[in-house]
Amino acid sequence: MGRGGSRAAPAAAAPPWHVLPDEVWEHAFSFLPADSDRGAAAAACRSWLRAERRSRRRLAVANCYAASPQDAVDRFPAVRAVEVKGKPHFADFGLVPPAWGAAAAPWVAAAADGWPLVEEISFKRMVVTDDCLEMIAASFRNFQVLRLVSCEGFSTAGLAAIAAGCRNLRELDLQENEIEDCSIHWLSLFPESFTSLVTLNFSCLEGDVNITVLERLVTRCRNLKTLKLNNAIPLDKLANLLRKAPQIVELGTGRFSADYHPDLFSKLEAAFAGCKSLRRLSGAWDAVPEYLPAFYCVCEGLTSLNLSYATVRGPELIKFISRCKNLQLLWVMDLIEDHGLAVVASSCNKLQELRVFPSAPFDAAEQVSLTERGLVDVSASCPMLESVLYFCRRMTNEALITIAKNRPNFTCFRLCIIEPHTPDYTTHQPLDAGFSAIVESCKGLRRLSVSGLLTDSVFKSIGAHADRLEMLSIAFAGNSDLGLHYILSGCKSLKKLEIRDCPFGDKPLLANAAKLETMRSLWMSTCSLTLGACRQLARKMPRLSVEVMNDPRRGCPLDSLTDESPVETLYVYRTIAGPRSDTPACVQIV
Amino acid sequence: MLVETERSSTESSAASGLDFEDTALTLTLRLPGSAPAPPAVASLSSSSSSAFPDADRKCASSDADPDRSSLLAASSDAAPAPKARVVGWPPVRSYRKNALAGVAGSSKANQAAKFVKVAVDGAPYLRKVDLQAYAGYDQLLRALQDKFFSHFTIRKFADDERKLVDAVNGTEYVPTYEDKDGDWMLVGDVPWK
Repeated sequence: MGRGGSRAAPAAAAPPWHVLPDEVWEHAFSFLPADSDRGAAAAACRSWLRAERRSRRRLAVANCYAASPQDAVDRFPAVRAVEVKGKPHFADFGLVPPAWGAAAAPWVAAAADGWPLVEEISFKRMVVTDDCLEMIAASFRNFQVLRLVSCEGFSTAGLAAIAAGCRNLRELDLQENEIEDCSIHWLSLFPESFTSLVTLNFSCLEGDVNITVLERLVTRCRNLKTLKLNNAIPLDKLANLLRKAPQIVELGTGRFSADYHPDLFSKLEAAFAGCKSLRRLSGAWDAVPEYLPAFYCVCEGLTSLNLSYATVRGPELIKFISRCKNLQLLWVMDLIEDHGLAVVASSCNKLQELRVFPSAPFDAAEQVSLTERGLVDVSASCPMLESVLYFCRRMTNEALITIAKNRPNFTCFRLCIIEPHTPDYTTHQPLDAGFSAIVESCKGLRRLSVSGLLTDSVFKSIGAHADRLEMLSIAFAGNSDLGLHYILSGCKSLKKLEIRDCPFGDKPLLANAAKLETMRSLWMSTCSLTLGACRQLARKMPRLSVEVMNDPRRGCPLDSLTDESPVETLYVYRTIAGPRSDTPACVQIV
Repeated sequence: MLVETERSSTESSAASGLDFEDTALTLTLRLPGSAPAPPAVASLSSSSSSAFPDADRKCASSDADPDRSSLLAASSDAAPAPKARVVGWPPVRSYRKNALAGVAGSSKANQAAKFVKVAVDGAPYLRKVDLQAYAGYDQLLRALQDKFFSHFTIRKFADDERKLVDAVNGTEYVPTYEDKDGDWMLVGDVPWK
């Protein structure tokens, strides 16, 4: 890019904007909040590219195989905070074969070498080993934040290394990981001089914890704002901990059960009364209803309540929630039932996000009275509601149409009707009309999961109207190739598409191959794909990685199979790193 | 009242903090509207089929007890034959599945349920309770009350002790059990663990 401008420059003018030094651009870019904005700036010209990438501090790698760790380090040498995500979303439900990949080790090694100033590391759905954690503890002088979400492969020995080695640790956030218990008292390894902890979340840890050590740690970390306990902490010890950390903003109670004793109740009540800053509450696993009133004094201040693992039900539960008038986020089990949600609708008018989880997902029939009614009530009365995840057993088009009319502001709508192929229970029609209403009304919809009996026609609506949709999940739906074709040829903003058990075949995949390069990934399992089409797709689109996985019980390898062989699982993603080399036997890059 | 200890490692503990009953051993004939909090028993047959009209008809299929760690149970022998459960559906995270299964607080290592037979003088049939499901004698007493609700209730005495008392004539029931030596012991002496 050459020097432009033919203006006669006055004597002491500022330099033309395009020759400003990099530091100025770096400073300007620091005000861009979103990575996508920075990416757009970097694409404008070479000097902006240089300035932007050299000053990037935060990096989010949404697919660990989209680029190699070395690519990331080379391109963004100044990164201080990195987040990497690994396995596809359906790994959460057991659809990804074990040992599929997503090892964190190469990323830790590359970071240790190229980003010695890294302060924050987050991994989601990756395999993190104790060696990784030891390397993190040893490699980064100023390491502050470790966040592991839905990861596996490590034990309390790795946590011990972090506790002992990370002198400036601020956050240790372990969410829903599978952690092996080696009976190492990792908590004791935080030195007595260590006081910097702000977040401590070990709710997913199975084993026992030394309560005295925990109490001492909590006492000396005066900046502790988030504390989420596991199920090894008895109720009376919880009360003690709260008295030592009254400044707490977010609390995970772990268990919340004991035989009812009025003394313990008063102790708990007093402890909560001292927590004037408490805003987010979770846990209450096997909560005993008689103890719920101990929370009453904090209800007014709560903005977030996660009871999604709490099996408590009945009037005490509902009374408790109804006192939380400032709730913005509510996650509950379906034990709350329709009448409970009606109370939520009238009490919690500031609600923005609602998630209702199934208490008995594998039961053949209804055990709780949670239907479309509950969702209709909440969406009618909560004007700020924009994100919903709802598991139920029945739905009607009319309900969905009403919901769509009431809440055009949905950004995330995930409905899971537990029994596949369930039609509208009053008309026995497919739920096409209902979901079409949702996408037509909610112009800002970014995430959608559909369920129930659905034909190709709903996908026509989604393809045509869901312009901002970024993630779509489909299961047991559609009746022909057309369904997939509507989606891939529409949905302008689609980034992630995950499909299971739908009669979608080769033709729409090949016809829309180019679309796949504009997306982050596509998952299709138990559809009607053949190996030949996958091979063809891979040949046509060299910048896609086309992974085929078959049922390990049916025997691998795939090399010997013919083009006509059915493909159980297809996972396609764009990548600049070429085919990965760490696939297990039953996964093949075609 | 007699209580016999019996270890049953093939029976999984589908227990949570609520009073669960083992489907393999009880034909639950629930009175309509009787249980305000119906136990959500892990169904041995699997999800799906709207061919399951009657939730109350849980057929005993003792050889189809699911392993606690794998809820992919083979279909039970009940008629109508249910579909085999689909992998990964409904989309509930494995973490949540395990958490729901283990919500009683029993650790993964301790999966065997301790079922004991309970007989009450004058009751027509025996019941089984899973000792693993309760955290203390209080909870056990409450569970026994629920199971034999027509027979007795729990009366709180002045000294905060709870005893099982016949609902009709007020006579006190004394829970006893036969230990491995064959001696009759009073329930409550030995620490719960």
